[in-house]
Amino acid sequence: MKSAVILINALAVVFLVFAFFKDREKTRRSIIVAARSFLRILPLVLMIIVIVGLFSSFIPPSEIMKFIGAQAGWSGILAIAALGAVLHIPALVSYPLAAALLQSGATIAPVAAFITTLTMVGIITLPLEIKELGIKLTILRNSLSFILAVTIALIMGMIL
Amino acid sequence: MNIQNMEKTRKQNSSSIKIFRDYLIFGAALAAGGVLLLIFPDKKEAAVTTAWSYMREMMAVLPAVMIIMGLFSVFISKEQVVKYLGKASGVKGPLLAIFFGALPTGPLYIAFPLASALIKKGARISNVVVFISAWACIKIPQELVELQFLGFKFMGTRLLLTIFFVILMGLLIEQLAFQKKQKHVHTR
Repeated sequence: MKSAVILINALAVVFLVFAFFKDREKTRRSIIVAARSFLRILPLVLMIIVIVGLFSSFIPPSEIMKFIGAQAGWSGILAIAALGAVLHIPALVSYPLAAALLQSGATIAPVAAFITTLTMVGIITLPLEIKELGIKLTILRNSLSFILAVTIALIMGMIL
Repeated sequence: MNIQNMEKTRKQNSSSIKIFRDYLIFGAALAAGGVLLLIFPDKKEAAVTTAWSYMREMMAVLPAVMIIMGLFSVFISKEQVVKYLGKASGVKGPLLAIFFGALPTGPLYIAFPLASALIKKGARISNVVVFISAWACIKIPQELVELQFLGFKFMGTRLLLTIFFVILMGLLIEQLAFQKKQKHVHTR
């Protein structure tokens, strides 16, 4: 667990030093962009943390298992995949949520389905995608992505 | 360029309202949680301990992730992406599409106009689809955070499966809907 933390921070430092020597002005702008995105994502992160905290203490694992655990099966996977497709929250925020779900009894497949449709399928960004890429490509990409996300999730459920 | 800048300021104005709204919603969630814990004090310890451990884990990586994304978004121009991907062909195509898609250069709504520019430049539809999909779901810092929270097996398996299926989907979409264009490319 911890090595990932070290890796991410080390990468950031290496990139930052490299960028600084390459172009100071651009590096300064990058840090402003970073600070702005940090402030933008912070309320979402904090909100998810509050929800995860309440969730883990109020909802017993047996309830979670009913919906997205071993007993849930197909309908659970499809429902949570659909939820992932509709919701528009950053992937970064979904990982702690996914970890908490796994810890409290959810199985791999529905959690993987949720994370994958969350990023691959975008119902909210559909109008923009249609505007830029046309309706045919957009519908094909999103519907196939949904099927693939569920496939990926099912394979992960089988092999992990 | 001017129009782009105007668009940018407009987006920034509306996004600062959105950020403010997000903080308000967070404040409301926190208050609701506090009231709930006052009513059920026996749940308090578990909730606070869990929330705090997630808080520490998140804050250990979030600033670094934002810095990596910020650096890439400023240093790698959209023109560079279009230039390299527009002419990429053969096996190099999907691999480059995944590489450029995975670079942490911003939200998905930036990728659509880029993809549209790629199509106009004559890039293969399959590569464009791979590019958008990689942009959406294979981001380098995100993968590292996934590693942190969900472990190497989960993250690695999902990553490999996603790369495989995304390339497959690109080829499938090209075959299904854009056969004429593909023939055109072949005869070129």
